[in-house]
Amino acid sequence: MYDFDYDRPGTIQDAVASLKAEEAIAFSGGQTLMPTMKQRLAMPSKVVSLMGIEEMKGVRLEGSEVWIGGATTHATVQRELAESYPAMASLAGRIGDPSVRSRGTIGGSVANNDPSACYPAGTLASRGVIVTDRREVPADEFFQGMFMTALEEGEIVTAVKMQVPERAHYAKFIQPASRFPLTAVFVAKFADGVRVAVTGASEMGVFRWHEAEEALSSSFDAGAVEALATPDGTDMISDLHGSGAYRAHLVKVMTKRAVAAA
Amino acid sequence: MPKDGGIGTSPKRREDIRFLSGTGRYTDDINLHGQAHAVFVRSDVAHGRLNGIDTEAAAAMPGVIRVFTARDFEGCGGVPCGWQITSRDGSVMQEPKHPILAEGKVRHVGDPIAVVVAETLAQARDAAEAVMPDIEELPAVVDMKAAVAEGSEKVHDDLTSNLCYDWGLVEDNREAVDRAIKDAAHVTTLELVNNRMVANPMEPRVAVGDYAAHSDESTLYTTSQNPHVIRLLMGAFVLNIPEHKLRVVAPDVGGGFGTKIFHYAEEAFCTFAARALKRPVKWTSTRSEAFMSDAHGRDHVTKIELALDAENNFTALRTETYANMGAYLSTFAPSVPTWLHGTLMAGNYKTPLVYVNVKAVFTNTVPVDAYRGAGRPEATYQLERIVDKAARELGVSPIELRRQNFITEFPYQTPVAVEYDTGDYHATMDKLLEITDHAGFEARAEESKRNGKLRGFGIAHYIEACGIAPSNLVGQLGARAGLYESATVRVNATGSLSVMTGSHSHGQGHETTFAQVVAEMIGIDADQIDIVHGDTARTPMGMGTYGSRSIAVGGSAVVRAAEKVINKAKKIAAHLMEASEGDIELKDGQFTVAGTDKSVAWGDVTLAAYVPHNYPLEEIEPGLEETAFYDPANFTYPSGGYGCEVEVDPETGHVEVLGFAAADDFGNVVNPMIVEGQVHGGLAQGIGQALWENCVYDADGQLLSASYMDYAMPRSTDLPMFKVDHSCVTPCTHNPLGVKGCGEAGAIGSPPAVVNAVLDALNRGGHAVDHIDMPLSPARVWAAMEAARANMGAAQPAARAQETAGGRSVGTP
Repeated sequence: MYDFDYDRPGTIQDAVASLKAEEAIAFSGGQTLMPTMKQRLAMPSKVVSLMGIEEMKGVRLEGSEVWIGGATTHATVQRELAESYPAMASLAGRIGDPSVRSRGTIGGSVANNDPSACYPAGTLASRGVIVTDRREVPADEFFQGMFMTALEEGEIVTAVKMQVPERAHYAKFIQPASRFPLTAVFVAKFADGVRVAVTGASEMGVFRWHEAEEALSSSFDAGAVEALATPDGTDMISDLHGSGAYRAHLVKVMTKRAVAAA
Repeated sequence: MPKDGGIGTSPKRREDIRFLSGTGRYTDDINLHGQAHAVFVRSDVAHGRLNGIDTEAAAAMPGVIRVFTARDFEGCGGVPCGWQITSRDGSVMQEPKHPILAEGKVRHVGDPIAVVVAETLAQARDAAEAVMPDIEELPAVVDMKAAVAEGSEKVHDDLTSNLCYDWGLVEDNREAVDRAIKDAAHVTTLELVNNRMVANPMEPRVAVGDYAAHSDESTLYTTSQNPHVIRLLMGAFVLNIPEHKLRVVAPDVGGGFGTKIFHYAEEAFCTFAARALKRPVKWTSTRSEAFMSDAHGRDHVTKIELALDAENNFTALRTETYANMGAYLSTFAPSVPTWLHGTLMAGNYKTPLVYVNVKAVFTNTVPVDAYRGAGRPEATYQLERIVDKAARELGVSPIELRRQNFITEFPYQTPVAVEYDTGDYHATMDKLLEITDHAGFEARAEESKRNGKLRGFGIAHYIEACGIAPSNLVGQLGARAGLYESATVRVNATGSLSVMTGSHSHGQGHETTFAQVVAEMIGIDADQIDIVHGDTARTPMGMGTYGSRSIAVGGSAVVRAAEKVINKAKKIAAHLMEASEGDIELKDGQFTVAGTDKSVAWGDVTLAAYVPHNYPLEEIEPGLEETAFYDPANFTYPSGGYGCEVEVDPETGHVEVLGFAAADDFGNVVNPMIVEGQVHGGLAQGIGQALWENCVYDADGQLLSASYMDYAMPRSTDLPMFKVDHSCVTPCTHNPLGVKGCGEAGAIGSPPAVVNAVLDALNRGGHAVDHIDMPLSPARVWAAMEAARANMGAAQPAARAQETAGGRSVGTP
């Protein structure tokens, strides 16, 4: 790790000001950032921790909408949503291990947009909206490809809002080493349609499988997925853990399983 | 009444108190006054010409004491190799120089180029980034078969080719084997890969060099399985320090699995730099460095052929193996694919003719050497896979095919040089089928089918040669060291004992088991006995711990030394009781005179030995301390049957291990709890190799599986509760304890059992797959099922999972 300055502001306003420093970086749990810095693969001049900002913490249910503060840990989401949105609680409870879940946050996860992260799929499927210090961005526009988001320089994810679906499930097939999704699918059924969001599979990061959404919107059962062609594997990740064709196959299998379990 | 101590009982491991309470003393816990820190600059390319190294900027950075390069090691030797193999044509193996720091070329990712020594670790790291090597990249040699083809790029310019040796066993059998295969009623052929492993001990390697100017003595603290071997290799061959001026200490060591046997450049560097700088120098490996600098394991590509007669008797076996040596010869690397592998190719079977050919190849990868089992897992895997494949081809039970060909008479001279002293393979097979509830398997398979899963059962039998081994024999086979073991039993005046052993414990529990052995012999509490190991200044010259040799060889040395002590103590007791020495008996810590009620306590005798007022001084010397060196007459031959039950998810290819059972014959057992723990650990590693672990290089020689993000270690939740049995006992016939050793068995016997189980599941489910290379990742299992599906309608032979005929054991998903 290289030397860096450290700041732990107490308000969003102070955090935004602090992040104006050159090469400053926001810290929201650090479960990706810390290993990266330890490996000397990142050398921020300043680390601005968001973990002291109370207004960015907690989970609130407002009608059919869930508000999750950006600095809320996975463990808190798992606990707080157990009754009101069990599929999302289950997603949070299966990220990493207890240590990761007690430190990592939803804001950090969506801002990083790792192509194999869990929250981007859950957020996208739940018709999520990413709330930042300056605006609100629908998840469909926020996630823009592998590690790419709509965030501007110094912009902070302060909260994530989601619609609670009628039925939902997150089916995750893990990569045996990292235990990140090799391919995982979040299926969310709303009164007026179904969303199917896929993580771990595509070179383009999290994406919606529109054909499956269409089929499931008219008939919400696994058979409707079975009848679909396997997605095209050409843009799928191919690495030592599985080919693009395998991941494409898993997209279909995991979608079926998510529907069956929803 | 059951015993509550001594041999055959299971006291808790006494060393665990310090390991579990944070009071262990590992090498990284050692911090010496005035210590400086070393950071290695390593190659990030697989192969390149090193045209120069600019160290000027680094040397000027804050806290930097000195930057070392190969130039500083002129006059020193390279890292030596401890075993010489002779090729089929009578020539000795090609043995390249292995410099401490790269000279002229870098030969693998991780090859050390320079070292920065600075006041603090952070300063050393900063400066290491400022060292600028000028490397002209060369094509990487990764594929073994391409490496030995005409015109290949060479890893070592001064060798004639990348072929280290071309070895045959037994060369005189070659023609007869060829003939038998030609004339056979049936021949089963299989090409397979034994995947490359990273050992991953929990504690990374550490070295602390120290130098005492007043006595001209060097001390190396290091994470080693064999401190005396390191002292000999480093002192005599690398740094020219005489052994009496060199002390090597291997304190608590957090796991070795083979990879801490070898002498490494970092050890020599820290010892050298401490002398050069006149201050202690410490290096602690990062986990990332461990992946690219600890010797790897396995990495064989093999073609095996098994010939059978019309009655399904094995008539001949022929193998051709390409064994990856990596970029340099690690300490015992040449012995692993040869004498530790070829000699085991008879397995448990009375195959009359066996011929093994091994070509060892240099590549631009991390050196490969012994890893838990070392050669024997590779042999067992081939054999137990091809027997299963033969059974499938012939439509017979794999259990019955094995039974029909089991060796049943002992001693048994194999056609591959070794003689098994004892064993009972039908007994372990019977036990295995009992503890796996084999009779209930079909019902369980039906249950799985109803749940949409494919259930399979696989077995493997193994034989291993342990307790390595008679010095005169290994000398003939090319070892440049003896392979005895030593022990000194020092009895104190008050009757407590210190036992100094040349074996080294890095998780095995010697402090508990060796004390049990001595406690049993004398009849005193084990807490009166201290086991001392891991320090050349405190223990007699010993060869260390590997090859499941500690209890068989080291334990035997302890017995011999304790016997000497007891014999002398009996003389003293005879004197004290005015009786004839021949009438003295020692039991429960009391010396008695047969047929009388006379007795004297152990402590009275030991006190007399050191306060010899009433003592036979004219006949024996005072004191009670004896040393023994034990050199066994043969290897030991543990054997056993392993059974694995799996469920395969036909949609994803995911394999779940539902049950795993081991029926081992370890001969006599000193501490059953520790033996079971050893088997558990070995099984986890073996199942890990079969299903998850894989060290992968790409075609440019870049290490892809360079962290735990990509190198999958087995975790407790991946594994079932093991059923472990060691009630089948045929004691070793040639060592005093009748023990065989248990450290490697789990890792040797389990991989083929797992693979056989998965293939059984697939074939029962209608997927005609005859082989999948390890690890059987979901992606590979799925791909194999897909390929089999594609072939089903085309009347083609059963599908191969993927190409394995190539020389690459690395690089495929």
